[in-house]
Amino acid sequence: MILRIEQDHNRFKQIIRGRIKKELKKYISSGELIGRRGKDYISIPLPQIRIPQFIYGPKQTGGVGQGEGAIGTVLGAGEVEGGKREAGNQPGEHLLEVDLSLDELAEMLGEELELPEIRPKGRKNIMSAKDRYTGISRYGPETLRHFKRTYKETLKRSISTGTYRSDHPVLIPIRADKRYRSWKSAVMPQANAVIIYMMDVSGSMGEEQKEIVRIESFWIDTWLRHHYKGVEIRYIIHDAEAREVDRDTFYHTRESGGTVISAAYRLCSRIMETDYPPEEWNIYCLHFSDGDNWSQGDTEECITLLKSQVLPRVNLFCYGQVESPYGTGQFLVDLKEACADDERIALSKIENKDGIYQSIKEFLGRGR
Amino acid sequence: MANLPKNLQELQEEIEGHARSFGLDFFPVIFELLDYRGLNQVAAFGGFPTRYPHWRFGMEYEYLQKSYSYGLSKIYEMVINNDPCYAYLLECNQIVDQKLVMAHVYAHCDFFKNNLAFSKTNRKMMDVMANHATRIRRYMDSHGVEAAENFVDGCLSLENLIDPHSPFIVRERARDREGAEDEKPAIRRMKSKSYMNDFINPPEFIEAHRKKLEEEARRKKRFPETPQRDVLKFLIEHSPLENWQRDVLSIVREEAYYFAPQAQTKIMNEGWATYWHSKLMTEKVLTDAEIIDYADHHSGTLGGRSGRLNPYKLGVELYRNIEERWNKGRFGKEFDDCEDLVERARWDRRTGLGREKIFEVRRHCTDVTFIDNYLTEDFCREHKLFIYDFNPKTGMYQISDRDFRKVKQRLLFQLTNFGQPFIYVVDGNFRNKGELLLQHKFEGAELKHDYARDTLRNIQRIWGRPVNLETQVDEKARRISFDGEEFEAKDISDKVA
Repeated sequence: MILRIEQDHNRFKQIIRGRIKKELKKYISSGELIGRRGKDYISIPLPQIRIPQFIYGPKQTGGVGQGEGAIGTVLGAGEVEGGKREAGNQPGEHLLEVDLSLDELAEMLGEELELPEIRPKGRKNIMSAKDRYTGISRYGPETLRHFKRTYKETLKRSISTGTYRSDHPVLIPIRADKRYRSWKSAVMPQANAVIIYMMDVSGSMGEEQKEIVRIESFWIDTWLRHHYKGVEIRYIIHDAEAREVDRDTFYHTRESGGTVISAAYRLCSRIMETDYPPEEWNIYCLHFSDGDNWSQGDTEECITLLKSQVLPRVNLFCYGQVESPYGTGQFLVDLKEACADDERIALSKIENKDGIYQSIKEFLGRGR
Repeated sequence: MANLPKNLQELQEEIEGHARSFGLDFFPVIFELLDYRGLNQVAAFGGFPTRYPHWRFGMEYEYLQKSYSYGLSKIYEMVINNDPCYAYLLECNQIVDQKLVMAHVYAHCDFFKNNLAFSKTNRKMMDVMANHATRIRRYMDSHGVEAAENFVDGCLSLENLIDPHSPFIVRERARDREGAEDEKPAIRRMKSKSYMNDFINPPEFIEAHRKKLEEEARRKKRFPETPQRDVLKFLIEHSPLENWQRDVLSIVREEAYYFAPQAQTKIMNEGWATYWHSKLMTEKVLTDAEIIDYADHHSGTLGGRSGRLNPYKLGVELYRNIEERWNKGRFGKEFDDCEDLVERARWDRRTGLGREKIFEVRRHCTDVTFIDNYLTEDFCREHKLFIYDFNPKTGMYQISDRDFRKVKQRLLFQLTNFGQPFIYVVDGNFRNKGELLLQHKFEGAELKHDYARDTLRNIQRIWGRPVNLETQVDEKARRISFDGEEFEAKDISDKVA
């Protein structure tokens, strides 16, 4: 059955994607692509368009609430000055927090950005995955409730808390007692993939720039993990020198030196050479920088390295240039000149957090 | 009722019977069973099966659809103010939920029928909405989807500029005070002997002069005579629009008026429905096996994040509070004057007027008068109400006070005009150049400036001539003007102060 609303719905989606009625674009509140990532919680954006009206500005009015707390108790964060979030009249109203698995998230991402599926090269170890209802889970639909297990859990709890009475053995299951049948899939690695992240950590890359890298790489991770089982990830940071680090260091290091990009590319190709033969691996290299390389000579060396060592091995090489107040951004221009027509390379300029959306599209839109 | 399965039909009859026996009085209710997509569609359309085509409904649908599929929220009940009342049930709900929804719906329906704020709403809105949809579709066919939709966007940008009290008050009196008018400015005559009169004051001249004076008086006459809050009406009557555009604008206006009472009575209406579903369910309808599920869902309705004010909860607690006070005679001078806390706590005159009182309240009040008349200091303390403000130093919202008067004042401020600013048409012939002058009645909070400008732009498109808005920007009185090409902000603080 086609619903009447579909027409309106499609129209809305087209507006959001900027196809029609571009003048409304500025009223879209997108929040962030990823607001917060706790253990399993991921906040996803529900874009809204608020038609302009005479309304009160944010944060002038405050409001009335109910509950405990002394004067001065913090209720929630307000709108960040100059931030993009649409301020609701209640604290924290605009963000929806959703419990999503990464796979679902990747599917959403794909649908949202209309990304093509990746065609892995080198179909080496293709195995089929099968679902079987052998597992037990704490969550599930009531129809799959496992009575015996639930009963046991309730019994356990009531005995351990001392509420069980043998003369009156009534058990009332609570949420935490419930157990459900769930399936387990036997999945084997299909095609191997490795992502090599490289980031410029020189002085000109500030917190904001790193935040952008963090968000963008999260989404790329998610998308690639969706396509490959068992993705390996390597991290390289560089200023004037390059070194391999773990994930945490990657995102939090701040150096102050200058920038020699070729160092990173050299290390990257060495890693590929030793650990990842291209016949067996789908290799993705991503490099983020503010585009301010040390010298033109080094840039030329980078291009040579790319062409001779890196590009022949990889599925895709992405260069994301994060706008910073210090960078000249020359590197992107040079790269574009040198190898824009190579389809193994994707270049993108990320001006601010809003640019991430477009940038992911440019990187992953090739289906490689 | 025909399309309900038999078991639900029986349930409906049962619950309707109970509701009636408690004294609820409602239009006939028609329940429809929908799957979640269908329900989301209806909800996106504001409760109606058909609305005019507009992306805004698609946006709402997307929101509901996503919220539903990620398990964030699901719509329990949807009911519209119409005679007969239409209400919708979600197909996959458990029986206990269906009961809850039905009980809830009957109370809403009683509220629609009996609350005075709704007394002027069109009870055949279902048909009206469908007609609106047809008309706008026709305009889309003849003027292009884009053109029509853009115009609708512009109109929606003004949909809050109505005067929700106007259905109850005659704003424009018929001009019956001809005789009482101020003395007309006299026509100058030179002194003359009577036989010379026609020469010194020639009749042609006198006549011309009189005409000129009249014309001047007419021009001086204010337009509109008094500031008008129904900006939409003013625009409909006085803007140089094409007929279809005028019609679209009046459609938007009519729908805004239809929905206005629901915004005016949010707390009362939801509180009333919650009060009655809880009463009906716990006293009449529930079976033993259902009690846990019911309690779970009921607490879901009344719960919420700590710190947030939940209209359902505030409403139902206030009704219960009123009922108790009138049952025990805790009202009137004697009680108010009593300062002995122990005696106050024990106060019980066994007046037993509670039930009667809440029915009276639901007939006469809107949220504003509900809070104003019945929110007491005791209630405020008991329910731990507080006000919070934005602290620019920390960038956080923080609890700022628990003082009863401040809480009440803030609550009333938020409810007055639904927390929307007051905007008036002051002059439709501003600068004597046919410009429009709007005034924002400043009450301590500034407008969202970028939105105000864009709204002004939309008004200008309708009005045709330049438009002006007097408001406050960064704590200074300003007149923002838009002439179709650029904005100008002029300092007018000396004039206002």
